[in-house]
Amino acid sequence: MKLPDLTELALRNLRESLLRNSLTTIGISVGVASLVAMLSLGIGLQQLASRRLMKSGLFDTVVVTSRRDLRNFGRDDERNAPAPGESRILDEPTREEIERLPNVLEAYPDIRFITELRYDDKPHLTTIAALPASAKSNDAFETVQGQFFSSDTAPEAILQKAFAEELLGKTPRRGLDETNVKELAAPLLGKELIMRYAQREPAPGTPAPDGKNAASEDQPLAGAAYSVVSREQKLKIIGVADLDPESMRGPTRARVFLPLGLAESLHVMQPTDLRETSRAATDQPLYSAVSVRVKDPSKIQAVEDAVKKMGFNAFSILDASKSIQQFFSVLDVFLGIFGSLALAVAFIGIVNTLVMAILERRREIGIMKAIGASDGDVKKLFFAEAGAMGILGGVIGVALGWAIGQVINLGTNIYLKSQSFPPEHFWSVPLWLVAFAVLFSFLVSLAAGLYPAARAARLDPVQALRYE
Amino acid sequence: MNDAAASAPAIHAEQLCRHYRMGETLIRAVDGITLTVRAGEFVALLGSSGSGKSSVLNLIAGLDRPTSGSVIVNDRDLAQLSREDLAHYRLHTVGMVFQSFNLIASMTLAENVELPMRFAEVDRGKRDSLAREALTRVGLQARMNHRPSELSGGEQQRAALARALINRPKLLLADEPTGNLDSRTGTEIMNMVREFNQELGMTVVMVTHERSLAERYAQRLIFLADGKLVGEESNSPVTAHASTEGGRA
Repeated sequence: MKLPDLTELALRNLRESLLRNSLTTIGISVGVASLVAMLSLGIGLQQLASRRLMKSGLFDTVVVTSRRDLRNFGRDDERNAPAPGESRILDEPTREEIERLPNVLEAYPDIRFITELRYDDKPHLTTIAALPASAKSNDAFETVQGQFFSSDTAPEAILQKAFAEELLGKTPRRGLDETNVKELAAPLLGKELIMRYAQREPAPGTPAPDGKNAASEDQPLAGAAYSVVSREQKLKIIGVADLDPESMRGPTRARVFLPLGLAESLHVMQPTDLRETSRAATDQPLYSAVSVRVKDPSKIQAVEDAVKKMGFNAFSILDASKSIQQFFSVLDVFLGIFGSLALAVAFIGIVNTLVMAILERRREIGIMKAIGASDGDVKKLFFAEAGAMGILGGVIGVALGWAIGQVINLGTNIYLKSQSFPPEHFWSVPLWLVAFAVLFSFLVSLAAGLYPAARAARLDPVQALRYE
Repeated sequence: MNDAAASAPAIHAEQLCRHYRMGETLIRAVDGITLTVRAGEFVALLGSSGSGKSSVLNLIAGLDRPTSGSVIVNDRDLAQLSREDLAHYRLHTVGMVFQSFNLIASMTLAENVELPMRFAEVDRGKRDSLAREALTRVGLQARMNHRPSELSGGEQQRAALARALINRPKLLLADEPTGNLDSRTGTEIMNMVREFNQELGMTVVMVTHERSLAERYAQRLIFLADGKLVGEESNSPVTAHASTEGGRA
């Protein structure tokens, strides 16, 4: 029998026992809804966690530090690497070398320092970091109040919301949402900050840089000198960011951001300068860390490995997210199993309905066989009925699961709002889950139809025709 | 009808047996029957209840398989056919009508009539016109969209006849076709069967317990008792015109 005929006959048969078949289909829907609800919760939570990590802006970034910096992030490879004292230093040629690595978008020096900022004649001590122009596309600045730097050397500053609160003398609150950031930004945008900082200047008589910047092992230490001068720089507040672009960095996170070009031109004294005085006494910079942006997050590991091979420490959020992904995979499996339990009950429902249908339609099956239906035709007809219930149940189930998700999302967000937390999306029903759920429901229903279909096909037509 | 075609055997059963076991008892429903039906012949199987006439018909229809012996229809031994081939045989070679009509209650007459064509994978457009044509032939063109429960017994049996003929089979098997009908309606149905036999050259095997009915229509009467063939008579059926008059009388 052709597929359209088969489908037409199957739907007609389903309509004949409308109540029973509807109840069975509802059973399947509940099963699918439970599966979709469980899996979409798992996916939603995973996406929430990923989103949080993405918002850190460092999903595509590898932070490179010299092994000479003993405060390094990653210590795993220390045993296999040269001793810190014998390791390479992180300077401009090295940065350029890293930038030339495959899959690297850019490598920029990590300039950060703790210094004093004056606002309204009041001193505030904080960590300042420099941002490259490319940081504009960082998720963290998507919701920035105000604007991003007008140029790479503009004397402008973007504040992190916590520092904005400090400037305004407000107590930080939990769950600050966009409106609050807007309120915070309004009185600050366009205002002036005065930054006091320590500038490093090469001392008169210091040999000119030889192009290598760093002294080689056998170079004498004598003659290395520089002076440190206190300077002031006026900065215009142009933006307030509610998200933290550097959440990965923990205690070294900055609260005020400057354009990278400006920060480099200021020659601010860095903590590494003192430690490496003997090696770099010129005005050529020595970096405490270099941030490497990778073209594609999937290339993170390759770049990390390449940097480590060069003899540096490398750290990326990937290291942290790997274990999170593993956790969610396990969670998804468990949620899937629990969700499938209801579908297993629906499976038995389908078997029961179809076995009942065979008893009821015994004579009809006999007639069909007498007028030429093959075993295959009868089998396919029962399969089609099971499959139709499966697809219909799957579609209704997905809609039901989605609705359950929306209700729980709504409820959770009402609770979060009452607790002054920003709203979150815990529930996610991606398109592949919709397709998977309907397909799974269809396959489960076909599997449930296996036994009844085989039984119907085996019916002896002579016996079936005698049945009243 | 030409004589050569008429003399060729359409059905040949040889030592045909169908035994059932019911607990310890062996029931010999068909017990060593040998018979031949020529192409285009109208044969009646007569016997009392339990004589095995319906069992023989089921074996010829390919609905059942013999315990031993053979049924050869159009040079093919049904006992040797696979289940799939038997279904194909029932679909294309045999048309069946039953005492209880056996129309599918949830379908309209048109749907019932076109059901064998669905199994034969005939195109929808062709199916519709053939079903209409068949129902018109049995005088039910006005009842095409009615369900069987909305029709009289005679109308239902006419629809069953239309369904039996829809795939143009060579063999029409009728199991007590007038058993549930009054005599006038029964005559109407039997006249149609004879028309198909004579005009379309279909071989007809009819099971009945009414000797008078058999004598009116069949060319040969075969008598069964206790699963065995106990007698055979040639018969000269009354003419189509005379039987119509008789039916109206």
